[in-house]
Parts: sequence; C-alpha cells; structure tokens
Amino acid sequence: MSDLLAARFQMGLSLAFHIVFAVVGIASPAMMVIAERRWRASGDSIYLDLAKRWARGTAILFAVGAVSGTVLSFELGLLWPGFMRVAGPVIGMPFSLEGFAFFTEAIFLGVYLYGWDRVTPRAHLLAGVVVAVSGALSGVFVVIANAWMNAPTGFTLAPDGSFTDIHPLQAMANPAALSQVVHMTLAAYAATGLAVAGIHAGLMLRGRSALFHRHALIVALTVGAPAAVLQPLSGDLSARFVARHQPAKLAAMEGLFETRDHAPLAIGGWPDTTAQQLRFAIEIPSGLSLLAFHEPSATVTGLDQVPRDEWPNIPAVHLSFQVMVGLGTYMAFVGLWGVWLVRQKGASIGRGYLRALAWGTPFGFIAIEAGWMATELGRQPWIIYRVLRTSAALTPMPGQPIRTAAFVVLYAFLAVVVTVLLSRQILGSPVTGDTAELEARR
Amino acid sequence: MSLPLLLAGAVLVALNAYVLLGGADFGGGVWDLFAAGPRARGQRELIAHAIGPIWEANHVWLILAIVLLFVCFPVAFARLSVVLNIPLTLALFGIVLRGAAFAFRSYGGDRDAVQLRWGRVFAVASLTTPLLLGTAFGALASGAVGSWSNDPPRAFAAAYIAPWLTPFGVGVGLLTLACFAYLAAVYLTLEADDRQLSEDFRSRALLAGVVVLVVGGPPMMSATPGSLVIGVATVAAAVAWWALWTRRYRLARVAAAGQVSCVIWGWALRQFPYVLPPSLTIEAAAAPAPTLQLVLAALALGVVVLVPSLAYLFNVFKGEAKR
Repeated sequence: MSDLLAARFQMGLSLAFHIVFAVVGIASPAMMVIAERRWRASGDSIYLDLAKRWARGTAILFAVGAVSGTVLSFELGLLWPGFMRVAGPVIGMPFSLEGFAFFTEAIFLGVYLYGWDRVTPRAHLLAGVVVAVSGALSGVFVVIANAWMNAPTGFTLAPDGSFTDIHPLQAMANPAALSQVVHMTLAAYAATGLAVAGIHAGLMLRGRSALFHRHALIVALTVGAPAAVLQPLSGDLSARFVARHQPAKLAAMEGLFETRDHAPLAIGGWPDTTAQQLRFAIEIPSGLSLLAFHEPSATVTGLDQVPRDEWPNIPAVHLSFQVMVGLGTYMAFVGLWGVWLVRQKGASIGRGYLRALAWGTPFGFIAIEAGWMATELGRQPWIIYRVLRTSAALTPMPGQPIRTAAFVVLYAFLAVVVTVLLSRQILGSPVTGDTAELEARR
Repeated sequence: MSLPLLLAGAVLVALNAYVLLGGADFGGGVWDLFAAGPRARGQRELIAHAIGPIWEANHVWLILAIVLLFVCFPVAFARLSVVLNIPLTLALFGIVLRGAAFAFRSYGGDRDAVQLRWGRVFAVASLTTPLLLGTAFGALASGAVGSWSNDPPRAFAAAYIAPWLTPFGVGVGLLTLACFAYLAAVYLTLEADDRQLSEDFRSRALLAGVVVLVVGGPPMMSATPGSLVIGVATVAAAVAWWALWTRRYRLARVAAAGQVSCVIWGWALRQFPYVLPPSLTIEAAAAPAPTLQLVLAALALGVVVLVPSLAYLFNVFKGEAKR
C-alpha cells in the first residue's frame, strides 16, 4: 500500500468513525430535551426514564466523539501538512467557531448530566436546549469547512501555489455550503431518529414492555420522521450544486461516461471503466437532465470531458451514491408513513409499520457513510477542488501504512468499547419489575 | 501590540488552561495508578468524582489550542506535525485510550473487575500522554523543530526520531508529568470530604512539589537566569509548599496553579519572538491579517459565551468545595 493510499484510508476511517458520534451528538440531545419536557408537562415518569437514558447515551457518545475529534484535529496536520499550510488561514474560521460551539456543548452537557438535583428544572431543561443547539451548530461549521474543499473561494491562487488576498468570510459563504449544511443536518436528525425508533420497534415486536417503547418510539419519530421526509428535497439542492460545480463528481455518481442532452437517470448498474459504459442499470429517460438542471433537454457533462488523470474512482463513487439514494428513499417513505400515523389521533402503530422501522434501523447511518464516500471520493484526486491535489498535501514522512495499521487496531478497539457500553446501558428495556411499576404509575 | 502577537498570546492562554485543567485530569490518573494504603479505593473514587462533571470541558482546551495554532500559524503547525509526528501520534493513542477508559468507568457499570481493568488503562495512559506531549514541547523549545530539514534526505531515525528523543526533550516530558501530578494532588486536597483522604493527597502534593523543583529547576535556572518569571515561579512554589505544610489548601491551589503557569510563560518569553526557534518568528509564521482579525473577533465572541458558561459549570459543581 502506498503512503498516499494509507493516509487516505486512515483519514477516511477516522472520519467514518467520528461522524457516527457527531451525528448522534446532534440529534440525541433533541430527543432527550423533548422527553424531559414531556415528563415535566405530564408527570409521566417513563419520559423521565427516557430523558436520563438518552442523556447517558449522549454522554458516552460525546466522550468518545470528543477524543475521535481530537484525533482528527491532529490528523489534519499529521497526514496533510501541505493542505493545512495553505488552507488553515482560509477555512480556519469555521474550525474556530466549531471549537467554541463544541466547548459550549461540553460545558452544558456537564450541567445536564450531573445537575438533575443541583439546578432548577427550568435551568436544567435550558441546559439541554443549549446542548442540542450548540451540537447542531458545531456540525454546521465543520460541514462549511468541508464544503469549501468542494467549492474553494475567498482567496487568489498565486503562481507558486500559495494563497493571497484571503477573505475567510467569503470562504465560509462558498457555493457548496448551504446545500451541504442542510443535507447533513437533516441527515443527522433522520438517521438518529429513525435508528432509535427502529430499535424500539424491534423490541416491541419481540413483545417487550409496550408502553415504554411506544413512548420512546414516538419521541424518536418526532425528531427523525420530518427530517427524513424533507431530505429528498435537500438532495435535489445538492444534486444541482454538484451538476453545476463538480461535473466530474456527478458523472461518476451516475456512471455517465458520455456528455449528452436528455441524459437518463441511472438506477443501479455497474460502471465498466475500460469499456466506458454503464452496464445493467435501469435508466429513466431524461431523468438526470431533469434532476440536475430541472430541464429534460439539458446537457449533462460526462466523464469524456474530464481528463483521465482527474477521474475519481468511478465504481466506488457510483455504488456509494446509489446506496445513499436508495436508503434515503426508503427512509423518506417510512418517515412519511410515520407522520401520517402520528397525525391520525388514536391510531395504533401496527406491526407492519414496526417491521418497516425495525428493518430500517441502520439505514440512516449506512446512508450517511455512503453519502460521505460519494462526496469525498468524488472530489478526488483533489483535496481542494481544482486547486491542490491530495498527493501534494501528503506528509513527507515515510512508513504511513504502519501508522495506519495501528490506527485501524485502535478504532476497532474503540468500536467494541462503544458497542458494549451502549448495549449495556441504553438499549436494554427496563427490567420486568421496573416496567410493571412504570405501567402501574400511569 | 501586534495582531500576531495577540493571537500567539491566545494560543498560550488556551495551552495554559489545558495544563491547569486537563493537566490536573492527567495527574488524577497518575494518582489513580499510585493509589495505595488503606484508603486506595477512596482515593480512586475521589479522583473519579472530582473529574466527572468537568472532564469534557477540560479537554476541549487542547482542541482550541490546536485549532488556533493551525489557523493563525499554519506554517508552524505543518512543521510541528511533520517533525513530531511520532510523539504526537503516540500521545493521540494515549488520549483516545484515556477517553475510552473514562467513558467506560463512568458509564460501564460498577463491577469491580471492570472498574479495575479500565482504571489501569486510564492510569497508564495518564502517565504516557503527558510524557509524550512534554517531550514534543521540549523538542520545540530546543530549536530542533525549527531548524529541521530533510534536504538532502536523511535516514528515518535521524529525521523523525532524533529531533525529539533527546535528554532535554525527555527531561521536559518528565517535568510535564511531575507538574500535572503536582497540580492534581494539590487540587484534590481541597476536593476531599474526608480529612484522612485530604491528608493522603497533601503528602502526595508535598512530594510532587519537590519532584517538580528537582526535575524542572536546573533547566529553568540555566535557561533564563534572573528573569522575572523565574522569580515569580520561585515565590509561588515557596508559597504553595508553605500553604500545603500549614494546610491552607485554597491558597495552595492558587499558588501551585501560578507556579505551573510561570513555567509555561517562562518558556514562551524565553523563545520570544520565535514561534519555532531558532529562526521562525511569530510575525513570519502568522496568517494574513484578515484571518487574524476575524479569529480575534471570534475569540471575543467565544469569551463572551464561554466565560460565564464555565463560571456557571464550576460554580454548580465546585462551589461547595470545603475550607
């Protein structure tokens, strides 16, 4: 394995690991606050139990997310010093703001977790709200920094490769920022909300204490379902951005080798890069032109317009994109179904819907990983699109595969730790005695 | 005062906060490792209890310092990341394992075997991480990072290990470890409910205070003879020791924090005006002015939000500390 590939693998692994925690850190405080609010309003102690469990879950994931985030802030330099040297001053602003948002989140999470008996009910709920808002904000800032790598603005590139005339605010207002921020924030709520709802649906199907899981499911759906329903709209915004600014990425996502008008939308299939054609795909005539430019006759740039040495890994980008879209579509349907069920007062949640939810438990997280693979692999071979190649940013230090292997072991270990902790503390139902007591208290 | 200088000061403030707060968490881990005597269990519980609510906030200071460094002094950050890749990577492993162990101990249930196993991980990582971070700082201070060049290419060990694995570097690593353990012991005298536990940490603090002077004294003295900071540090050290001896723990805490802060600021003043001695100055390494202005504005905003929040956090959880 080359140093470059090893470094990319390590960065990808670190990000893929961290994003799970970042995403849950954005959405689970919202669930915990809603549960606490319902408990305070109704006195129903199941909601209190839920708020405490979710707060504990948030804390575990936050603790691990904080260290994996620390790792990332170092890795930017350890792996890509050539990137940080030029990009630091341009996109440092969102990173600094993220630092503060994260700090605020850490402080108020401390108050929330350990302050049940130490601060007033109002202050406690408010601390939860601050955790939820600052968690969402820190995600927004990081995504803005990533968006800049796709649509670099706010500087002038000097002939020697250095950046002059730097405007950090212009860099933050880059054309990719809005679509990426909306897409990622919705993804966080949809993935976490539907995953939690799915877990509880699964437990209900196995006949575990219905009332507790029903409460949990409703709160989780409240957070996840609307986001899942809105996500396809935001996907449309993203697709149109990519079509205009990163034609190579769109062509790779769709496996479009030939530039053409009335470009079809390809579903599935396998891009054969030697023969330069997409095999076995279902094609919807003019679908891609319509989606990308809202115009059936629009011309969509194919890979034939992209120099061969600037091609991303087409099969990987295509596959990731297809997985994301497929799972996202499923989630939008489940979300819509859920919104409809909840709006019908008194309607019971049938086994059919519980099964649909339970099946979809991991889909949101798989879709997020796949979506990031599509956008990051789709930007290659650039680390800053059309400005700096990833290979030029790499650390000069040899022996990267060895360090990467060590990180793989470390992350595998961390994954086991987190899984054990969560399954032990959060996912389990209240034991039977507790449940009977809880149900009696109703 | 110039803009780059102001932001270099901000990096140093974040670093100072990390040492005083996060450093004490590391030190707590060290005392967890060396918990002994009839009250070993009580000592461990006190450490965990003291760290719990403020753990996350304490460790964000490091992220803040790193982010400010790469935004405001990108050249220096890139160079540090290349030359000190190995100690920083190893320190990261320590940070990750410690964080995981902390999560497990706090939320993983109360079975003794589990607690003990994770306690060991926590404690060992608490020992190695400050050692490595300190060694990296030693390499920076010695000028090895600033004067580093790999043109023509040298052997791996000469280019990536020799710059930091020096007696001076390791000495600074040991000093860092000693300072962290010292801070933790001094803070813990005040945290303890139990008088005997308080006494346990008092004796540890006195011992660690001597170690800090033995390990840190000679290099500091030889580096900056007669400077004001050394004078202040010496006075603070004496006050801290006297306060511990006479059980004035509040005063001891302030004095010990002042003493350790003096070490940091003394190091900074010694290498002024360089960010990477012997030749890269703060001004030369700084990002363009528009970036620095905006970061300064963000810092001001951050201070407005964070200072009251932190004050609230510490007031809620540390407000009832005794004596």
